Amino acid sequence: MTDLESRLGRLAIPAGARPPVLPAADVSYALHDTPIGTLLLAIAEGRIVASSFGDEETMTTRLARAISPRVLRQPGALDDVRRQLDEYLDGRRHSFDLEVDLTLATPFQRLVLTDLPLHTSYGRTTTYGRLAGEIHKPKAARAVGTALGANPLCVVLPCHRVIGASGNLTGYAGGLDAKRFLLNLESKS
Amino acid sequence: MVLEQVRLPPFQVLVDEHWRDVIRLARALAGPVDGDDVAQRAWEKAFAAYPGLTSAKNLRSWLLTITARCATDVHRARKPQTPLDDAPPIAVAGPDAAEWPDPDLWQAVNNLPERQRLAVTLKYVGDLDHHGVAAALETTPAASRRLVSDALATLRTKLGVHHD
Repeated sequence: MTDLESRLGRLAIPAGARPPVLPAADVSYALHDTPIGTLLLAIAEGRIVASSFGDEETMTTRLARAISPRVLRQPGALDDVRRQLDEYLDGRRHSFDLEVDLTLATPFQRLVLTDLPLHTSYGRTTTYGRLAGEIHKPKAARAVGTALGANPLCVVLPCHRVIGASGNLTGYAGGLDAKRFLLNLESKS
Repeated sequence: MVLEQVRLPPFQVLVDEHWRDVIRLARALAGPVDGDDVAQRAWEKAFAAYPGLTSAKNLRSWLLTITARCATDVHRARKPQTPLDDAPPIAVAGPDAAEWPDPDLWQAVNNLPERQRLAVTLKYVGDLDHHGVAAALETTPAASRRLVSDALATLRTKLGVHHD
């Protein structure tokens, strides 16, 4: 490259330059730090579509494919969700006043997750087997466990209240410490 | 024939990866004062058009093409009654002129004929190859190479640079 060509390429962006300000996205998301880990929260058309421990790249790519590629980090759109989540994790709230959208869930996950708040209650656990019976799939305890393990709306849809028949906590997307934290939180109230 | 579904990445990825490239090119093409406005407009246009894109390849080149077109619109808006090549040069001096390096060079770039100016800026500030420059200017790579070459020759003459 000649000196003239390198001089042309030397133009720097000024200090203080900022990323663009864009209109409301089809899918707005925020990374929210909580006592149980960082959750990626996402909202589309006013409904919460993700509350996940998954990493940012994986989750936003799923959202782009399932809903719209216009996915932007816009924390302001998630203010109400973040407030409710903080209240819940502080023990000041026992249920969420949010419209949920299970677009990221498979048909079987939807069957398991849709009525989960009705099949469980704050401070009480149920088992995978009992939940399978509740949804009229009594032999599907293992499949229910798998469906809950990939819950795209952790905490909001309380999959942490479902444990093994032996009383073991078994798995949780956010780790067993997170599941223990949530169950302890609910048992205190 | 079944068309493969276009899997566009989340728009946030484009912003994170390319906003610096867009603002650099916008400022190179429109000057330090109008550049920020051009960059903002380019992002808004890209955001509006994004879901309808039919290919996820060369998204950076696509963004820089939009930026170049927004900068051209600014040129036209400045003096719509005159041919583009006779439009007045972008004033390099301005409130933030101190940030502008190599003012003689950029004044000379701004005095180039429009397509030469776009081609040389897309090539060296946008770091596009001749195919990318050609796509942005809707011409052939050979023509893009010629525009860049002519621009460099003019710049050398204007700046008295003969021995690179």
